[in-house]
Amino acid sequence: MSTMNDLRLTGLHARYQFTETIRVPIAVIGTMLFPSLSLLFFVVPQSFAKDAGPATTATAQLAVFAVMSVCLFTYGVGVAEDRALPWDAYTRTLPVGPSPRLIGRLINGLAFIVLGLVPLVLIAWLLTAATLPPSRLGLTAAALVAAEVPLFASGISIGYSLSTKAALAVAQSLLLPLAFAGGLFLPPETFPGWLNLISRWLPTRAGRDLVVTATTGVALPGTTLLVLGGWTLLTGSLALWAYRRDEGRRFR
Amino acid sequence: MEILARTVQATRSYGPVIALDGVSLDVPAGQLLGLLGPNGAGKTTLLQLFAGLRRPTSGTVELFGGDPRDAARRRRLGCTPQETGLPPTLRVHEIVEFVAGHFDHPVPTGELLEQFGLTGLERRQSGGLSGGQKRRLAVAVAFAGRPDLVLLDEPTTGLDVEARHALWDAVRRYHQEGGTVVLTSHYLEEVEALAERVVVIDQGRVRADGTIAEVRSLVPARRVGLRAPDLPDLAGVERSSREGERYELWTADSDSLVRQLVTTGIPFHDLEVATASLEEAFLALTSQSNQTVASVVQEMV
Repeated sequence: MSTMNDLRLTGLHARYQFTETIRVPIAVIGTMLFPSLSLLFFVVPQSFAKDAGPATTATAQLAVFAVMSVCLFTYGVGVAEDRALPWDAYTRTLPVGPSPRLIGRLINGLAFIVLGLVPLVLIAWLLTAATLPPSRLGLTAAALVAAEVPLFASGISIGYSLSTKAALAVAQSLLLPLAFAGGLFLPPETFPGWLNLISRWLPTRAGRDLVVTATTGVALPGTTLLVLGGWTLLTGSLALWAYRRDEGRRFR
Repeated sequence: MEILARTVQATRSYGPVIALDGVSLDVPAGQLLGLLGPNGAGKTTLLQLFAGLRRPTSGTVELFGGDPRDAARRRRLGCTPQETGLPPTLRVHEIVEFVAGHFDHPVPTGELLEQFGLTGLERRQSGGLSGGQKRRLAVAVAFAGRPDLVLLDEPTTGLDVEARHALWDAVRRYHQEGGTVVLTSHYLEEVEALAERVVVIDQGRVRADGTIAEVRSLVPARRVGLRAPDLPDLAGVERSSREGERYELWTADSDSLVRQLVTTGIPFHDLEVATASLEEAFLALTSQSNQTVASVVQEMV
């Protein structure tokens, strides 16, 4: 199939997934609001919120958290839910390969991430000393996308290999440990040595470091890109494998 | 003649359950083929193999000369979602346009909706349609891409008689214009009304394959029903069943059977003579294996 056709189909799938999701707004509002509320309740009242560096870092961390919760829930749980529906099986009979459907989902998730980042950035801008010079905007966006990809692929792997209930349980049990150990709630500088060591190997930590560097300009740890690239490769292959072997929901 | 879809010795199992057991089937261009079988016989699995939704455990499946799991092979294929599984929040025109967007020369939305009696519902969310309207929309999308082969799994389940006949007309029209159809149905009447070729599947195997007349001829042509206290042996009876005083006799020559009945002087009443239907052939073909199942179940108890 031609690349042009694939591109057109990707747009088609992204558009329809967005329309479908936006028509049940309550499903996404929670995921979108939680990071903003965390910023409002846990960062804004603190004294460091008046300090540009830590405030920007805290905002960057919560931005990665926003990305992760969209990935695990809209992709992980959302895909598992879709797979249980006859419509999903039907769309697999249409002349469209895995890429347009998966990339369509990726774009749809990115759109909701942007929607979730808007209140977060507004709160950070209005109520804290966090700053993001326009010159860093493009870099930050790129860093967020790079941080998203392995999380997106994890979500897809969960969604295509588990039932809705199992996907929900796995997403929930991954969300907080990965967020905490990845330094999305407390900066890793406060970690004990052993936790910092583990943290360095996590995709959330690598994503967090990349976004913090992009926003504040602090030096990037040498391992970050390697760890992020490794996770991208691993979760990407897992997602592709899970998608290929999927035959819709299995009843035994 | 071009073969649009084919299985060769296709077997598919789900864990210990064998849904299809070495099925070889050709679907030539222009044919309207009805798949018959009791629930769980393997009909849906067979359609899922053709649509690329499942892989065979062993054997091969071909669609337009290639692997149906390859998206390009499905460009001339039209399917229908099972049950009424349409995304409830999407509008009718959105669903049709989404499906049409996958094909090079789709039927214009308005025209397709008109063919299936859905004009005026374009802006409705599919969740707000009646059961019959959902069913018609689900079948309509199978035709959206001007396919050469359409797979219809229980297309008219849950439709009233009028809607069912309207849908039959649409399927016939498509077939007359050269389209190929594989159809499964719970309604033997439906297969009898539409199909040129009938394939009976039971327990994952093909039990019969032929024209309606050929499959019907697998059982004696006439069924004679009557009430009588007791019947002697009668010549020409190939099969019979009895429930109290009610007898059902199958024979190739009902005229001579009735003559015998009259000459024996037996006091019978409520005489009926009927052409054995496809349903009777179907029951005869699948009852043998059902008895096997029943005896296995009894052994297990």
